[in-house]
Amino acid sequence: MKSTLLAGALLAFATATSAHAQAIKLADVAELSGGGATVGTNWKNGIDLAIEEINAKGGVLGRKLEVTHADSQSNPGVARAQVQKALDAEPYVLLGPGYSGSVKVTAPLAAEAGIAQIMGGEAAELTQAGNKFLFRTSFGQQSSMPKVAKYIHDEMKAKTVAVVWVNNDFGRGGRDVVIKELDRLGSKVVADLSTEAGQADFAADVGKIKAANPDAVFVYLNEEESARILKELTRQGVTAPLMGETTLIGQKVIELAGDAANGARGHVGLTTDAPVDLIKAFRERFSKKYNYVPDHNGLKGYLAVYMVKATTEKMGKVDPKKFADTLHGSTIKAADEPGILMDVTFSDTGDIDRQSFLVEVVEGKQVVKQVLPKVK
Amino acid sequence: MSNLFDLLVAGLATGAIYALVAVGFTLLWQTSQTINFAQGEFVMLPAFLMLAAMHAGAPFWLAIIVGILLSMILLGLAFKMLLVDPMMRHGVLPLAIATMALAIGIKEAVKQFFSAEASPFPSIVPTGDVSILGHAVSLQSIGVLVVAVLAVLGLTTLLNRTSLGHQMQAAAQNPTVARIIGVPVERMILLTFVINAFLVGLASLLITPIYLAKFSSGEVLGQAAFIAAIVGGFNQVRGAIAGGLLIGVLDNLAAAYVSTQYRAAVPMLFLIAVILFRPQGLLGRAEERTV
Repeated sequence: MKSTLLAGALLAFATATSAHAQAIKLADVAELSGGGATVGTNWKNGIDLAIEEINAKGGVLGRKLEVTHADSQSNPGVARAQVQKALDAEPYVLLGPGYSGSVKVTAPLAAEAGIAQIMGGEAAELTQAGNKFLFRTSFGQQSSMPKVAKYIHDEMKAKTVAVVWVNNDFGRGGRDVVIKELDRLGSKVVADLSTEAGQADFAADVGKIKAANPDAVFVYLNEEESARILKELTRQGVTAPLMGETTLIGQKVIELAGDAANGARGHVGLTTDAPVDLIKAFRERFSKKYNYVPDHNGLKGYLAVYMVKATTEKMGKVDPKKFADTLHGSTIKAADEPGILMDVTFSDTGDIDRQSFLVEVVEGKQVVKQVLPKVK
Repeated sequence: MSNLFDLLVAGLATGAIYALVAVGFTLLWQTSQTINFAQGEFVMLPAFLMLAAMHAGAPFWLAIIVGILLSMILLGLAFKMLLVDPMMRHGVLPLAIATMALAIGIKEAVKQFFSAEASPFPSIVPTGDVSILGHAVSLQSIGVLVVAVLAVLGLTTLLNRTSLGHQMQAAAQNPTVARIIGVPVERMILLTFVINAFLVGLASLLITPIYLAKFSSGEVLGQAAFIAAIVGGFNQVRGAIAGGLLIGVLDNLAAAYVSTQYRAAVPMLFLIAVILFRPQGLLGRAEERTV
């Protein structure tokens, strides 16, 4: 009897060990606390949802996906240490971080290890440094800001613009591209205001905007700060139309800013309000699981895992060294892999091309005003 | 300079909050020589207690009462009896370190039990503006200022015009003599802690609609109030009030007329100047104690 029990226990242990060994290990480093907690929490939840779905359907090439989450605390220094720790465990693919500044300091580590890094950063410079292992889940600023500037100039008819940006890699990158484009189109920047990450009081900044009296205001801050400045803009009675990118009109911003978000417009690469059936279904599943509507970061995390799945299945094997080569230049069609939500093409630099949207916040909800097609 | 008036009003409103928090520093210092480095977190926590009450189904007004009462119990009574009293025996430095640990503990607990993300918080003051001297001034700024001024006036009246206040001051200035003349010193000190907890609860109610409810929001606030207390005078309630208002206005003017990037540096430079040239603070007393 004893030997039977022992044999059973050993068999169970061996099975468990074998199943563990066969799992495909992913490592996620995200902004789970600090200023980017909204970004990181959505990103993480998107990853977990995708993994749960994929594993429920048998995994990737018959193997389950496993992920470890680490908190960068929205701090590039901590992110670097966490990525180094994650790479020491030899993951198949590295996911995250979401902040451009954190991506900037961690990308060399992943590249050195030869591990593909699928991240959420949007700073233009990230994919322009020749790193062959870095992939975006969203547009870079070099793709989105020209669309933003064109909208401000052509649709808003703004001859003068105030630009408010957060003083970090993300904000500076967006500010540099949008000002260059506005200048090229002939819209004059009458106020160029840098703000600090985590800033609570925007009274002085909004005072400067009022004094400049622009035809439009371009706001490019992180989510929480976006909500605070929207409240302050409303409080001080600024009536110039507001334009931004995803971080100005995301769900969390709308929740935090309340009525002050109404009327704000933005270009978004991803939104759960997109008129796309697969995205609507994703939104429903996510909301059911987490009890809130995700912002674009939830979509990014979700897509990152499905990028792993589609690329691995295309290779027909789990090969971390060939993963990046396979993803470069590939097109993943939503008809073949519904988890990718929209047809997407990856360039040789790791940038993506797909449809995008122009949205406006109307009565506390994002309303898609225009669908912009893929560039190629 | 056209928006100078707006900047002054917004600065005074923010400064009034700093003042409320800074008063707590001075109260605790006067009565028990305690520097509470968790003071910022003390302002953050009541908002979450109110949110918890609302999530449990309480209407906003009831949540405010519950939040402030719980603050007085947790951040006043429990803080004094469970942390300050036992640690005080080991000296001021271990106590100061203990309050730093408490700050981390409160932050982490809120992050775990609520969320690391910011949450919206309702305002007791309606949104909208009123016109003053041709300027649109927000009701929220006025509301914050009025409530803060009333709270501070109430506190100073209590301290200077009532028997209870005189007993509190006596206990603060010389506990030994106060005991001899029959002042229940321990009870007076405990009352000071409870009053501080009430003030931070009030500050939390006023500031969270603007700053949003977030586990880390006490860091900035605690630092600003600490600077305000030193600038105004750590041993004077009126000094803390002046320091708070001054830092609030200075911060806004620096952001507007110097640079947003250096706004945090300007109050620090001011602090250094005060420490160098008037170490007791602008309205503080040079002497340690008077009998």
